[in-house]
Amino acid sequence: MKKNWWKVLAFLLLLYAICFGFFVRIPDTMIKETMRNLFYHVGMWFGMMIMLLVGFIFSLRYLRKFDEQEDIVAVEAVNVGLLFGFLGILTGMIWANFTWGAPWVKDPKLNGAAVGMFIYLAYMILRGSIDDVHKRAKVGAVYNIFAFVLWIVFVMIMPRIAGESIHPGKTDSPVLPMHLEPSMRPLFYPAMVGWILLGVWIMQIRIRIRKLKLKIEN
Amino acid sequence: MLLTEVKYLVAKEIRLELKQKYVLNGILLYLVSTIFVTYLAFENVITAETWNSLFWIILLFVAVNGISKSFNQESPARHLYYYTIASAQAVVLAKIIYNLFLMAILSVLSFVFFLLLMGNQVVNLPLFLVALVLGSLGLSSVLTMVAAIASRASHNFSLMAILSFPIVLPLLATLMKISKTALSSLEWTGLSGFIVILLTINVTVILLAYLLFPYLWRD
Repeated sequence: MKKNWWKVLAFLLLLYAICFGFFVRIPDTMIKETMRNLFYHVGMWFGMMIMLLVGFIFSLRYLRKFDEQEDIVAVEAVNVGLLFGFLGILTGMIWANFTWGAPWVKDPKLNGAAVGMFIYLAYMILRGSIDDVHKRAKVGAVYNIFAFVLWIVFVMIMPRIAGESIHPGKTDSPVLPMHLEPSMRPLFYPAMVGWILLGVWIMQIRIRIRKLKLKIEN
Repeated sequence: MLLTEVKYLVAKEIRLELKQKYVLNGILLYLVSTIFVTYLAFENVITAETWNSLFWIILLFVAVNGISKSFNQESPARHLYYYTIASAQAVVLAKIIYNLFLMAILSVLSFVFFLLLMGNQVVNLPLFLVALVLGSLGLSSVLTMVAAIASRASHNFSLMAILSFPIVLPLLATLMKISKTALSSLEWTGLSGFIVILLTINVTVILLAYLLFPYLWRD
């Protein structure tokens, strides 16, 4: 229990976010009640970003020491990042259908998310097409680093090229943490922590499964 | 030392290309026939915007086809030999420089054929040429790196496309934006930002290739 308290915390925080996310008082803005998606959609997005960042860092670490353990963490972090990314897109599409009248619109932020998914799906296919374990880890790490940097570049420059995004979350928007309605704050921050912890938890389980499989194979 | 190695390796690439002329001719024929298909498919419905999108999409496909062979033309044994006599950085820089030449030729030829078959839509020719040059540099560096990655895996043709399309997008979007301006007005104002973005992407990619290629090279 001493080591696993954060798993209980993740469960409680998310339970709290899911129950009270529907009751908490929210400000009357243009997006009305759909603002409650903030507790779920944004959390998944944060979870994804953290996971992909972890994947990037462990790919760098792999190239320093060529330790297989690092590669396992990198690939499982990306796997969880992909899962959260798809959930984020799904919750975003439901929200967009209410707000914009269509599940997908041509917007720099949405396109950034889609491109991220393409990059990491391609990463998985790349790994799948190399049989040798060490070669797979090395080539995968190189692609992961290369693609992550270019993806960040894409996300940063797209608003300048394709025009400003209509997606909430620009400066002075009511959904940014610093402009968030005081009544929402006690829910928003715990929810974010909860989603990130859940991501780490899933990642940890997947890493353990992969290591056990490796042990059985050897 | 690095520069001398790069010089010799680029010369080697050129000689290799001239020795296997069918590869180069294949890409040229691919370019011409793709533009011809476009010409037949899009008769009389071309606006400046379609012209722009079609041109860059065709150039992207030509580039992917032209550069995907970069690391498959020679046997693994030959690569091992280069490994013993040259540094990995020299190899990747030489490939990028050679592919830059190749892309410059391919993009100018694409442009000429496009003018011939699809008509001219370019108003600001110098600006369009700037986009072509920076685009050739960007495409050659990103795709060289992706070709190096894809060459390490099996079945690498479709792999080349799925790995490169999403990461080539920041470059392609900026290029399309600049060339769209070149198609509509003679003005240069407000473009310096985009040209800086393009240069930044190019520098980032070349730097990453320089740092990461040694890991792909060694087995």
